[in-house]
Formats: sequence, C-alpha cells, structure tokens
Amino acid sequence: MKIHEYQGKEIFRKFGMATPRGVPAFTVDEAVAAARSLGGDVWVVKAQIHAGGRGKGGGVKVARSHDEVRELAGRILGMQLVTHQTGPAGQKVRRLLVEEGADIRKELYVGMVVDRSTQRVCLMASSEGGMDIEEVAAKTPEKIHKVFIDPTKGLTDAEADEVARKIGIPEASVAQGRAMLQGLYRAFDETDASLAEINPLIVTGDGRVIALDAKLNFDSNALYRHPEIVAMRDLDEEDPAEVEASKSDLSYISLDGNIGCLVNGAGLAMATMDTIKLFGAEPANFLDVGGGATTEKVTEAFKIMLRNPKVKGILVNIFGGIMQCDTIANGIVAAARETHLSVPLVVRMKGTNEDIGRQILKDSGLPIIAADNMADAAQKIVAAVQQV
Amino acid sequence: MSILINRDTRVITQGITGKTGQFHTRMCRDYADGRKCYVAGVNPKKAGEDFEGIPIYATVKEAKEATGATVSVIYVPPPFAAAAIDEAVDAGLDLVVCITEGIPVRDMIRTRYRMQGRKTLLLGPNCPGVITPDELKIGIMPGHIHKKGRIGVISRSGTLTYEAVGQLTEIGLGQSTAVGIGGDPVNGLKHIDVLRLFNDDPDTDAVVMIGEIGGTDEENAARWVKEHMTKPVVGFIAGVTAPPGKRMGHAGAIISGGKGTAQEKLQVMEACGIKVTRNPAEMGKLLKSVI
Repeated sequence: MKIHEYQGKEIFRKFGMATPRGVPAFTVDEAVAAARSLGGDVWVVKAQIHAGGRGKGGGVKVARSHDEVRELAGRILGMQLVTHQTGPAGQKVRRLLVEEGADIRKELYVGMVVDRSTQRVCLMASSEGGMDIEEVAAKTPEKIHKVFIDPTKGLTDAEADEVARKIGIPEASVAQGRAMLQGLYRAFDETDASLAEINPLIVTGDGRVIALDAKLNFDSNALYRHPEIVAMRDLDEEDPAEVEASKSDLSYISLDGNIGCLVNGAGLAMATMDTIKLFGAEPANFLDVGGGATTEKVTEAFKIMLRNPKVKGILVNIFGGIMQCDTIANGIVAAARETHLSVPLVVRMKGTNEDIGRQILKDSGLPIIAADNMADAAQKIVAAVQQV
Repeated sequence: MSILINRDTRVITQGITGKTGQFHTRMCRDYADGRKCYVAGVNPKKAGEDFEGIPIYATVKEAKEATGATVSVIYVPPPFAAAAIDEAVDAGLDLVVCITEGIPVRDMIRTRYRMQGRKTLLLGPNCPGVITPDELKIGIMPGHIHKKGRIGVISRSGTLTYEAVGQLTEIGLGQSTAVGIGGDPVNGLKHIDVLRLFNDDPDTDAVVMIGEIGGTDEENAARWVKEHMTKPVVGFIAGVTAPPGKRMGHAGAIISGGKGTAQEKLQVMEACGIKVTRNPAEMGKLLKSVI
C-alpha cells in the first residue's frame, strides 16, 4: 500500500525526523490559508499523487506571494499530472501540500528496502540526491552506500554516522544525519514498510538536515496490525478495477492487451499471460482467483474483466488439483450466463474430473471453446480474438 | 532415495485443528504412507486430545520427544506463523514446511535471523510444500498428478509446479521429489539449496527449475549449476509480460529498480548451460529432450 508525501512526513515527524513545516490542502482556498498559517515569504506548492517524478511533470512549484500560491494551486489542483510513473494518461491531482520554502545547500538520497539475499533491511544512501537514483546506481554504483541492518540491533550510531559522513553531511550536522537515518529505520521497522525513500534529503544553508520528500510503501500482509496506516489509504489513487477485485479476494492487475485471463495461482497466471504473448497477442490483465475458484469468485472475476472495454476475449486456465473440474465448470457456466458473455471464451481445465467438467461446458450450450493445454488455449483465444 | 522427505519421515502438524490444517492433514494422511508418517499435532489448548487418531501435544518439543518426529508442517494463521516456525526451530527439528500465506516480511526477517547457525531447514513460507511420490506428501499439492520416478522439480509457485509435474507424468516421467519453495521475498530454502540436494541424490537424474520475476535467486542458482551441477537442468521463468513495479500476486514477484526481469533470468540461465523454454506448455518435453 502507498501513501501520499504529506502522510509520509506525518509519520517521519513521529519518529523525530525533521521535515519542512507544511499543511495539506484539498482546495485553492485551503492552499492560500495554509500559506498564511505557515507565514514567511516563500512557499512550495506540491501535487500529492502516489507516483514519483512530480517535479518534472510540473506538479511542484515555488510561490513568492499568496496570490501566486492561489494561482499555482488553481493550476495544479485537478490537472492530469503525467510522470514517468503514471503512464501517458497521468493521474488527476486532488490534494496539495503547501510547505515553507527551504534553503537547499546539498541534495542527498536515502532509501530503504528489504534485501532478499541477506534477508535484512538495506539502507541505501548517496550524495547524488534529487536525481533519478536508478540512473546513479547504474552509472556510478560506487556513489551508493549500503548498510544491511541487524534486526536485533537496529541501525547503530556508528553505522549511521559513517553513512552520514560518506554522503557528504558536514561534520557539524552529523548528529542530525544520524537522527534522520535512525529515525527512518525505526519508522520503516515499526510501520512494516516495504519501501522508504527520501529524495532529496537536504542540508540547508544553516546546516540543518531535513527530509524534503517522503515516500513510504507498506507490506500489505502486515496492514492488519496498522489501522492508522490503513486509514491513510486513498482509493482515488488506485485502479478502481483492482480495488473492486481486492474486495472479492481476487488478485487483479490491469494491463494493456485485449485478452482477459482468469487463472488460479500467481505463477500459473503469469505463465498464461506469457503464453498469450508468445502466440502474438497481449493479456488485458493478471487475475489470480486463488485456491477456491467458486462460482461467486469466477462470476465476480468475469464481471471485473468485462468492465474493461479493451477485452475482446477471455482465457480461463485452471489447474484443478484438489479442486474438482466439475465444480469449476459449473462456476464458469454460471458466470458466463450471469454476465451474458458476448466475447469468445476459451477454457483449459486440468485435474480431477476433467472429463465431467468438459461435458458440463459442452452441455451448457454456450459457445465455450475447450482447450487441451496452455499453448492450445492461448492459440485458440488469439485466433478467436483476431476473427472478431 | 529422494530429497528432504521419504516414507521414514515422521511429521508434526502445527495448526492441525484449524480448517485448513484438518483438510490437508486428511489429504496427506491418505496419500501413500501418510498414515504411518503423520504422528502428531500441536495445539496448546487441545493437548491430550487427538485429531482422528493423531495425538495432539501442547508444544512442538513435547510432540518431538513423544514421537521422534523430525519434520513439521505449518498451517497456523499468518499473525502467528513466524512464531510457530521459531518454536519448531527451537525444538531442533530437521525441516519445517510452512504453508501459511501472508506472513509479514518483518516477522520473517526476525525468524530467519534467529535461524542462523541452527540446523533446521525451512521450506516456504507461502509454498505448496514437498512431495516424494508414492511415499509422503507434506503440503497442499494434489497427490494424484504425481508419479514416482527420477526427475526433480523445484518451483517458486504452486499451480505452476503442478503444471510441470502434470506434464512430466503425462509423458511417463516420474518425479523423485517435487519441492515448492514459495513466493515470498524472505524465505528458507532457495533454488540453489534444492539444486544442491538433487545433485547429491543418486535417484535424481535431471531437474526442472521453475522461477518467476523478482529477486536474483534464479541467477544465483544458475551460476551454481554452471560450476557444480552434474545433472541436466531445464528451466522456465514466469512473468515475461509482467510490467515493472506491479506486484504479480506473490509478495516476491515484482520487478523493482529494473532488476529481476524474466528476460534477464532466462539469459543468465541459458548462459550457464540451462536449457530454457518460453512456452510453459513445453516444460515436460524440454526435460525429455535432455535425458
């Protein structure tokens, strides 16, 4: 789960990390009121969307008067902000963060992820802040410093100080750097984060170390113990189809192709998508119905796939295993009837009672195309879609 | 022979009284020599009772002492599953198979840290389990698709493992052991560990290795194969069509920072002498072509 920058900064502050003073705003008037309450004579108006690259896309602007805040807030609120992470359609801006301006002397980068090979949280830091960090990692990997954190000790004073010095935090500010880095680890650990990033972390003209940005993602498996984080979820930022699917316990992801896929198991679902591509078409989605492909779940899955106007055909690939194919076949028939399915449907079922399952599909009178294996299924749906 | 488990293995079920635990304990007990192998269950509140004749103990330690079991399987719900692994590790079991899906990564980081220097091996979490056909099934895979034989199978996903097994069985190739290592980012045995075991197993002739996007485990395994493996390995990687930054169902299946793409994994595997296919319907055929 992702949250907005202003929410990330609220969490940062709870862990003693310095951030600029700022106020979230949902309207132009609120933005101006925010600038007034902050005082000073320079403000930054920042679009709040979950994607990165907001500055380059025109979603972050500096204002030097209340009128300018008004004008910029009016321009940014409601715009379709396009960044390298939003896709060409962009994301509509519904919230702003108005912050006091900062006197930036240095821009640094700090990030945290779970490293799979060491099975620890990895702190990554670089003197090259404010830029595309993936590019820094690719071109100058020596400029990225890493610490693999011992879960029983946390980020130690010595480790934090060393990183702070390596990324160019001046000696007089190292203690602040330590507080920032240790705060970030505690925030990461205690909120069950899966990713944390401060880009840029800045050193100001007067030597203060401040998190100018905040990005936090959370482990969805741990949300049950963080109601305060669940409360920060912003459904406007998520794909409505994915939200709908998650309510029915379906794992769904929208893609750009025109063949809907309904599969049980994440690995098999990816393999099915790959097979469609192998035979010259593109999948419209990833959809894992999980272990229990019940009539209700299959029906819901059909509805979600069919809401996508690009879908010109559906491929169902179920490896029955413990679930019996006759049960699955009944579910598919019921789902096809209930949704008045009008696009070609290819079904490949494997497992117990395979033959009975096929007979059920055949006897339904519905134009369901049966397939023997994954490759056969993919070829049949690609051919059927091309004929439409 | 086989790897990890055989008909002489004795198994403790942690979470035997839950709905999932009950269902799969029945299925496993009814498979091959399961009746003899499933000797104990654990639930502190139901110690002294039994589940359909399988005695229930308060702790893993007590169950181990009473029955001599050396392996456990875990169906405990996610908030308590990491602690269940810790308990099995502290009891000094040889192998823990954790089926539970949805354990927070933070819990697994601590559990894996505790396991350093201990003898216990962990399979999973979020895995289908392990099966040595015609001997013992520990996990949620459908037993009937398997056939005893000499091919090893390793995979990160559940149904895709069944797919590979089904294809092998269909063309007459049985399996020595099939191992599902699970789709979580922080887990126990990895491809490389299971390949090592298959390499040392005199009853395994060749291995099917199935991976998916995310991480670099497949690449590490491939490099090990190039240096050490004396048996043919074939492979498939799921997720060629997966876009970066989108988590494909499994917590570990995500392309992040441009790392862990299927193309990259396939290239490394090929460069290390592993024959790969881009058509998952042909995993069985591909294996047949190398033996």
